[in-house]
Amino acid sequence: MTQRTPLFDRQVAAGARIVDFGGWTMPLHYGSQLDEHHVVRQAAGIFDVSHMTVIDVDGADAETYLQTLLANDVARLKSPGRGLYSCMLSHSGGIVDDLIAYRRDSGEFRIVVNAATRESDLAWMDSVAGDCAVTLTERPGSIMLAVQGPEACERAAPLLPDSLRAAALGLTPFGCVEGEGWFIARTGYTGEDGWEIIVGAEAGLVLWDAAVAAGIRPCGLGARDTLRLEAGLCLYGQDMDQGTSPLVSNLAWTVAWDPDKRNFVGRQALEDERKQTDAHKLVGLILDDRGIMRPGQRVITAAGAGVVTSGGFSPTLRRSIALARIPGMAAESCQVEIRAARRVAKIVRPPFVRYGKILVDLPGGHLEI
Amino acid sequence: MSEVPDNLKYSSEHEWVRLEDDGSVVVGITDHAQAALGELVYVEVPEAGQTFNKGDACIVVESVKAASDVYAPVSGACQAANPALGDAPELVNQSPYEGGWLVRLQPSDPAELDELMDAEAYARLLAESGG
Repeated sequence: MTQRTPLFDRQVAAGARIVDFGGWTMPLHYGSQLDEHHVVRQAAGIFDVSHMTVIDVDGADAETYLQTLLANDVARLKSPGRGLYSCMLSHSGGIVDDLIAYRRDSGEFRIVVNAATRESDLAWMDSVAGDCAVTLTERPGSIMLAVQGPEACERAAPLLPDSLRAAALGLTPFGCVEGEGWFIARTGYTGEDGWEIIVGAEAGLVLWDAAVAAGIRPCGLGARDTLRLEAGLCLYGQDMDQGTSPLVSNLAWTVAWDPDKRNFVGRQALEDERKQTDAHKLVGLILDDRGIMRPGQRVITAAGAGVVTSGGFSPTLRRSIALARIPGMAAESCQVEIRAARRVAKIVRPPFVRYGKILVDLPGGHLEI
Repeated sequence: MSEVPDNLKYSSEHEWVRLEDDGSVVVGITDHAQAALGELVYVEVPEAGQTFNKGDACIVVESVKAASDVYAPVSGACQAANPALGDAPELVNQSPYEGGWLVRLQPSDPAELDELMDAEAYARLLAESGG
């Protein structure tokens, strides 16, 4: 039985094409995925992400627990109201999930993990907790909305409680503020400015209606996927999973090696993996040629074979882009097997697009697509 | 409810075929098919002169979601592909029966045209499949 978010009826009324996603019925698009993509790059869109799993981590040992659970180090959050991106790893260094961890006003923590991994995450977090003085409390039933785009904060600010508005507008990336049952973070999954807002169901419905009335366009999972791909952000279960480590997922920057003595789960395996000289890496690809790269397609490089993990059409670049896992020594260009043909692609460092700007050199200069 | 023009023939794979005065046929995908595929971002068409048997995959349409084959509704040789699709694959979504046509074929066995459905039969197929 699939679950619905509190916004389901509104989405259907707004013309959403509904799909099953990780056990949830979610909007794929509201008419045009491409238009929704562009509106987020150029103005403002709103995504219902209430399917995400919110877990509060409280107790005397909360900080030391998260320092064990996460590959990134929550001690880097020097003050309440800050968050960071991290993976939680298995003992063999594989990625159990990716998440954002926030240090809250109360000096305790909130983490947001993926929807599809909810049950395995909770079981894993429980098992790592052991005898720690820590309480894990899931916060289901809330609404989580992402307003994203260069105009998102400006348009959504009047809809926030008066007491939080100035603080929310003053947030820097990965900052958060809360009060009156609202939790507002300057985060997102699109490569644009914006907020992710967690709020009770009743206030969330009011916020959705007001945001739409303020010209913030409802956007579905389809646009969310192409926006995150352009932003070079990994999707759990596709670009990374239990079989891949952060080191081969372009996420080495999220592993806090210092201090040496912090023995997070998976550390030993990562230390061993780090010494390997034939490791793979996750890179960006831009197709020189016409055609569309798709997940699972084989990549041929001078240093060996790899695979496309995410691929599709980039509405901003107007050509196909991909994330691919390829041999570490591969450089410059490769070939991608698209059905019967081998097509040339350029190897680049993601992101492709950030804050509305194209950050990569396009092969062949101007496009004729 | 998707549009099914009376003057066309249809395949069960949701292609339409229009017989021209010179005996060639213009082929495209139906309104139902374009709606099911979603927004198209790339169309790979055959070269002029390439020949196909009925049922062969002859065109690839790529949407924001996935790649799908389009099958030759009749046997024949490709005479031309729609030159507008290179820059504007969205024409297939916007105008599946006119501006978004895919290829023009010269049928090698005109009798195959009689095996295709008329508009009434195709509309019935859609209704029966819930489309």
